[in-house]
Amino acid sequence: MSFIPLYFALPLVSAFLTPILGKIYKPLAGLLSLITSFVLFILALYGVAITQEVPLLVYKMGNWSPPLGIVMAFDSMSALMVLTISIVVFAGALFSLRYMSHYTGQWKFYTLLMLITAGMMGLSITGDLFNMFVFLEIAAIASYALVAFGVEAEELEASFKYMVMGEIGGLTFLLAIALIYAKVSTLNLADISNAMQAIRGTTFFWMIIGMMLFAFSIKAALVPFHSWLPDAHPAAPAPISSLLSGIFIKVLGIYTTARLVFNVFGLSRATDPLFFNILIGLGLLSIAFAGLTALNQGDYKRLLGFSSVSQIGYIMLGFGIGNYEGVAGAIFFILAHALAKGLLFLTSGAVVYSTGTRDLKKLAGLGEKMSTTAWSWRFGFLSLAGIPPLVGFWAKFYIIKGALKADLLWLGLVAIILSVLTLAYLLKIENSVFMKKGKSDAKPAPFTMRIAMVFLVVLIVLLGVGFQQIIDFIVGPAAHALLRGLEYSQLVFGNIALNF
Amino acid sequence: MLIFASCILLFLIGLYAIVTKRNLIKIAIGFALVEYAVNLLFALIGFKKDALAPIITRLDTPHNFVDPIPQALVLTAIVIALGTTALMLAVIMRIYGRYKTFDIAKIKKLKG
Repeated sequence: MSFIPLYFALPLVSAFLTPILGKIYKPLAGLLSLITSFVLFILALYGVAITQEVPLLVYKMGNWSPPLGIVMAFDSMSALMVLTISIVVFAGALFSLRYMSHYTGQWKFYTLLMLITAGMMGLSITGDLFNMFVFLEIAAIASYALVAFGVEAEELEASFKYMVMGEIGGLTFLLAIALIYAKVSTLNLADISNAMQAIRGTTFFWMIIGMMLFAFSIKAALVPFHSWLPDAHPAAPAPISSLLSGIFIKVLGIYTTARLVFNVFGLSRATDPLFFNILIGLGLLSIAFAGLTALNQGDYKRLLGFSSVSQIGYIMLGFGIGNYEGVAGAIFFILAHALAKGLLFLTSGAVVYSTGTRDLKKLAGLGEKMSTTAWSWRFGFLSLAGIPPLVGFWAKFYIIKGALKADLLWLGLVAIILSVLTLAYLLKIENSVFMKKGKSDAKPAPFTMRIAMVFLVVLIVLLGVGFQQIIDFIVGPAAHALLRGLEYSQLVFGNIALNF
Repeated sequence: MLIFASCILLFLIGLYAIVTKRNLIKIAIGFALVEYAVNLLFALIGFKKDALAPIITRLDTPHNFVDPIPQALVLTAIVIALGTTALMLAVIMRIYGRYKTFDIAKIKKLKG
């Protein structure tokens, strides 16, 4: 029995068991999600351990060999994504136990949560292009519903806006798949990457890449396709905001781009500098534009939403730099940002739960009243702003190191200068919510919510202190897996016999 | 070739509707058009003139079958499109309940 299909099968089973159990006894729904996400976390650690020895595991669905059958290709990059997803989902599920208690229809919430998890997990391990689309849509549809979960006017409006943008992206991706299939008559990623080499550099080849980049830029909310994110992410319930900002946009937008660009189309900075410069341009635009806009926001969660757009820019920047340090930095940033932004959105949830508002002008004096939340916030904030020794610093450090190694000194300097923006807009929340003295009758957040936040704080500190181990065992192999480029297809076809 | 180009044209018409129309229902119809265009393109990719259904029997040698994979893909894509369309219409209904209008210019509680 292979463990690879469990990554998406477990949450799927759990998603459809939830309504039944939730009908019998309400709290069971939340508990089931919590247990599932914890098992996924253990499985993800196992996956990381296994990819230390075998670079790529192949699982054949229904025992049909590629390129005819659908395969799951699990390498270090997938292992990292799966690990990050499971951490954020676990914290979110733990947080939801109390946070969602005043919503009606809890089992619907947990069903959607598990569906979104299944979609993201499947997307990170699949080795088939159409399968990628299916998982992407599973995750996306569940997220549209979750954004509208409160069914207030603003939430519905945000959800509709998000749905329109997201579906344009999804359907463009589907059109690109159709065109690829028309040209190469295969859907297996490894097989496509072999076949695409024959038409490399033609107009058709670049048109496909352009369509994919457009589709995934919408999903990743890069400026100028970001307009849905600052509406949609704050509208969702806080644990879902944390999941969407923390990991969702990275799996649907960044991971897919990276996998297709490096492993399937086989682009590299040495051969296609223009494309990588476009990535750098998109990244810089996102960092600067969204960072400046975030400075003007007066809403706790909306500010964090703009911050996500800005931070996604750093990840794109790292991939755009394209050498080992840059890519490793980008991947490390995925992990670091997932922890930090997940944590920050959870603190926003705790604040909303206790005070009922997220308007920065009305909030004050929470630093003393909600000390656990305040200190969790500070760790997340310092990590995101890149203060050593927290994990966010090392991620940014590797991206800048990559820029220097690629002889892009100006880029390194610009990245450092722009990270002042991060500090500036986050200080705005720190000042008005936690530092400012003021009367407040807020109660401390409930116990399970605090545990969820402390869990992420501990990870931020641990990963920051032990960054060398993270680079050696998790991030480094993942970067090598992407930079392996076209050898990906040889590994997939070579490892069929190894039956995991 | 013309027939593929007209699929892309249909895709663009749908996209035009999504981008320019102000009525929520018309936007949903725009999506239906786009989905239809992509599905049609898939079906046409697999099509061969005068070919047989891809069922292997002892009498037939598999030389002139239509490509069955796009048909399977279209089925999946239709199901996904059904899901998104249903959800979109449900959200539109709820929006109508809150704002009493289908006009997106009047639905702007969110700033920016």
